[in-house]
Parts: sequence; structure tokens; C-alpha cells
Amino acid sequence: MNGQIVIDGMTSGAMIGLGAIGVTLTYGLLRFANFAHGEFATWGAYIALVLASLLGTLLGGADGTIGDLTFGWHLLVALAGSMVLTALLALALDSVLFRRLRRHGSGMVLVIASFGASLALRSLLEFGFTGQPQYYSREIAMTVAIAPGMRATLDQLVVLGVAVALMAGTHLMLTHTALGRAMRATSENPDLARLAGIDVADVVRTTWLLGGAMAAAAGVFLGVTVQLRPTMGFELLLPLFAAAILGGIGSVPGAMAGGMIIGIAEAAAVPIAGAQYRAAVAFVVLLVVLLIKPTGLFGARER
Amino acid sequence: MSVLTVETVVAGYEPGLPIVRGVSFTLSAGEILVLLGPNGAGKSTLAKAVAGLVTISSGTVRLRGVSLAGMAAHDRIRHGVAFVPQTGNVFAGLTVADNLAIAVNILPRAERAGRIAAMLALFPDLAAARRARAGLLSGGQRQMLAIARALAVAPSVLTLDEPSAGLSPKLVGAVMQKLREIRDSGVAILLVEQNARAALAVADRAMILAEGRIAHEGHGASMLDDPAVAGLYLGRRV
Ligand SMILES: Nc1ncnc2c1ncn2[C@@H]1O[C@H](COP(=O)(O)OP(=O)(O)OP(=O)(O)O)[C@@H](O)[C@H]1O
Ligand SMILES: [Mg+2]
Repeated sequence: MNGQIVIDGMTSGAMIGLGAIGVTLTYGLLRFANFAHGEFATWGAYIALVLASLLGTLLGGADGTIGDLTFGWHLLVALAGSMVLTALLALALDSVLFRRLRRHGSGMVLVIASFGASLALRSLLEFGFTGQPQYYSREIAMTVAIAPGMRATLDQLVVLGVAVALMAGTHLMLTHTALGRAMRATSENPDLARLAGIDVADVVRTTWLLGGAMAAAAGVFLGVTVQLRPTMGFELLLPLFAAAILGGIGSVPGAMAGGMIIGIAEAAAVPIAGAQYRAAVAFVVLLVVLLIKPTGLFGARER
Repeated sequence: MSVLTVETVVAGYEPGLPIVRGVSFTLSAGEILVLLGPNGAGKSTLAKAVAGLVTISSGTVRLRGVSLAGMAAHDRIRHGVAFVPQTGNVFAGLTVADNLAIAVNILPRAERAGRIAAMLALFPDLAAARRARAGLLSGGQRQMLAIARALAVAPSVLTLDEPSAGLSPKLVGAVMQKLREIRDSGVAILLVEQNARAALAVADRAMILAEGRIAHEGHGASMLDDPAVAGLYLGRRV
């Protein structure tokens, strides 16, 4: 395997890992697969696009660039704003749809509802922005040699760094704060969590906010390194689930490792098998790992 | 002085299908009230209704005269009503220290470390296993952790659902001895048990629940000699 595959795979793997955080946490807590999660990434990307152009209009000038990156601080501000707004979108989707269905419906009803939500969210974006690809910037991405035979764009390196920092931050929050402990406890045993004085509804809300924010970051990073399309998050969905299951449901380090493995495997498959088989790779890797370790790499519990 | 008053409580899992059917009793500070009864009598359901995990459809549960109606489980523990369920009573994936940290998190910050230290002093086995994941503890240690987790907030009422289940006779004795100590510190204990002999040995009072109703009440070990009690346990070794 050459170095280029590793760096390209890690960049997309970091985005998959970020998106998979929400999948793994909501699945671990609410025991349902949210197929609308990919749309949080898409919405995150487009919200940032709108915020960045609003900033440009307000300040009377397009975004500059930071150093040799293709984007400037407008996009960084837009990223933060988009993470907040997408977190609220995830929370809103839970309160208008999933929370009501959780009270009565079965797991299957929730999954189908999430399919519907996914379709609705995606169609709204197609309506507003057409199906044409959009870009945050028209600048040419500069590449640097980081090792013999290994080149990366500066954008890739920054995205990789920020994504890993966000995942590490999430992991530290879960392992070292009272809120994180409460989240892990509730995911493991909601009834005992209640008995220990944890307000489970609060934990559920926090989980949606966190998952939505991380998905938004994944979407923005995908927009920076590739492009924005209304189907970008939907196409990310299978790798997200593969990464979450591969890493072990409920595990943030697992989502991160799973994302990296899927990302690198996909990048490696393209020169070997051709780009049309890229999507199948996530499945193959997932099957192999599940045959060896059914709970996933970092998973403690059977599901 | 009664701490917990349960009055004609009806509770169950589905509307129109009561499991607990009009149960009344009182529980005082520094007292162990044992709740016995055959499988499926509704003992666990009654314990969960007191803890707030099962909704009460009629009747009342009062703590020092104040109704707990409509109060969620996570608020009841803040008012001093603690519950150790029969299964899933520790966070298996978390360390012993984290289990206790979660328990004391509802206390004022200044009191937390002191309460954890008090629990580790009361259960020395746990002190040695602080960094271990709760799921890796032995059955006895795990039960001690479950009790410590509930007791960490210094509750006024402690309900336990079959704490002796699955333990060796020696460990059952150790658990019952701990419950005695906890009782003597002034906690009101509601002890649901299948192991009638071990439970009645520490009981101040006891009740037998059958088909959701209290079928018999008595005082401690003497109940073992009562033929009516044996009858309620037909086919079971008392
Ligand atoms: N979660 C539940 N949902 C629906 N019905 C339940 C549930 N838990 C228990 N039941 C039913 O309620 C009845 C009483 O159960 P409960 O667990 O309260 O009995 P118990 O006296 O604790 O029995 P055991 O000695 O076996 O623990 C049983 O018929 C049981 O099937
Ligand atoms: Mg029971």
C-alpha cells in the first residue's frame, strides 16, 4: 500500500469517524439506527455555506484565505455556527418525530421514520440548492510533500487535525466529566441511571446535540476537501454505520478507529478494484471484522 | 415514626392489568421490613412502584407525609428513596469508582468525596477493587457495590430486590449483616426476598405478598413456624 492511499484514506476516515460518533451514541442510547444521520452532515455543510456567504455580504467582501489553505476565517466561523445550528436541527428532529414514536412505536417504526426524515431533509436541500455541486472556495488546493511518495493538500491536513481533535475531545468529555459518565451509564442501563438520579431525557438531548454537531463538522470537511452536493450525507451513511458497528456500538474511540479503517480500505480499493467498488468496501471490511469479533473492535457488549 | 407510608397502592405494567392490587404498609426509620411471597406475586413490581420505575394507578406513596405521586425515579433518589434492583444493579461497563461517582453526583459537591470514602470504609472489598470494571467483580462484590451505590446518597429509605439471589450461604450472611448495620444507622429498609430464612433472621417485621395483595403479616423469625406461612410457600423450602 502506498503512502498516498494512507493519507487520503485517513482524511476521509476522519470525516467518517466524526459522523459515526452520532450514529454510535444514538444507537447505543436509544437502540435504533437513525438513517437520517447522514443528512445532518449535508445540512451542516450547506448551513456553513449559507453562513459563510452571509458573513461575506455583511462584511462586504468574500472570504480570504488563511495561508495556503483554500478557505479563510469566514468558513471557520461558519463551521462553528453550523455545528450549533445542526445540533439544534438534530434535537428538533428528535422532539417532533423520534421522541413521540419512542413512546409507542417499535424499533422498526423508528427506523422507517428516520428513512422518511432523511428523504424529506434531502429533498428540501435539493429544492433550495439544486442538485448541482457547490464549493466553499474556488481556490486551488496547495499540496505539500509530507514523506517520499506522500502528498497532501494543506486543507486535508487541517481537516484531519481538527477532526481528530474533535473526536479526542468528545472521548475525553465522555470519560472524564460527570456528564460523560452519565451518558455512558444511561447508554448501558437507563433504568439504573434513573435510580441513580440521572435525568435520562437530558442525556438523550445532549446525545442528539453532540451527534448533530459532529456530523455538521464532517459535512463541512467533506465540502472543503471534495464538494457539496445534496446527496453527500446520504452517500456517507453506509460508511458511517459500518464504522460505528466496526468500532463497537457506543464507543467513540471505536467510531474513530472504524472510520479510519473504512476510509483507508476504500482508498486502497479504488486503484485495485476501480472506483465503482468503493462503496462495497465498507461492507466487506465490516463482515470480516464481525466474523472475527461480533461486538466490534471496542465493543464490550453483545447487541 | 413512619418514614414511608404506602396506601392501597395499585400498580402494573399495562392499563387494566394490575399486578399490585391495593397494598398498604408503613416503614419506620431503623427498621427492616421483609417482603416475601411466591414467584410472580408482584414483589418486584411493588418495589419498583416505590422507586418510581412503575407507575401507580391508584393509592399513594408518601415520604414523611409528602406524596411522591408523579415524581420521576431520578427525583425520588434526590428525596432519599433508594432502590437496588435484582438484576442490572451496577453499571457493569464502568469502574467501581465511576459507579460511586455517578451515585454521589446528585449531592452537593463538598459532600461527594466524603460519601465515597464512607462507602469504601463500609465495604472494604470495594476499596481494593476501585479501578476494576464492575462487570468483572465477583457476585458478592457486585452486590456490595450495588448496595453501596444506593447507600452513597445517605437515603432515608432503602429498598432491595432479592440481594441474596445467586450468592453462596456465606455471602448471603455477609449481605444480611451489612443490612443490619445499615438499619442500625437509622435507614428504613424494605427487603424483598425469596430466601425467607435468611431474610426473617434480620427482619423486624415481615409481610407475605400473594397475587398482588398482602396475605399475611408477622414479626420476624417466628413466622417460619406458622403453618399459614408455610402454606403460602407450598412446594417451596422455607
Ligand atoms: N416489565 C414487565 N412487563 C409486563 N409484565 C411484567 C413485567 N415485569 C413483571 N411482569 C409481570 O408481573 C407479575 C409480577 O411480577 P414481579 O416481578 O413483580 O413478581 P415477583 O413477586 O417479584 O416474582 P419473583 O419472585 O419471580 O421475582 C408477573 O406476572 C410478571 O409476568
Ligand atoms: Mg421479583
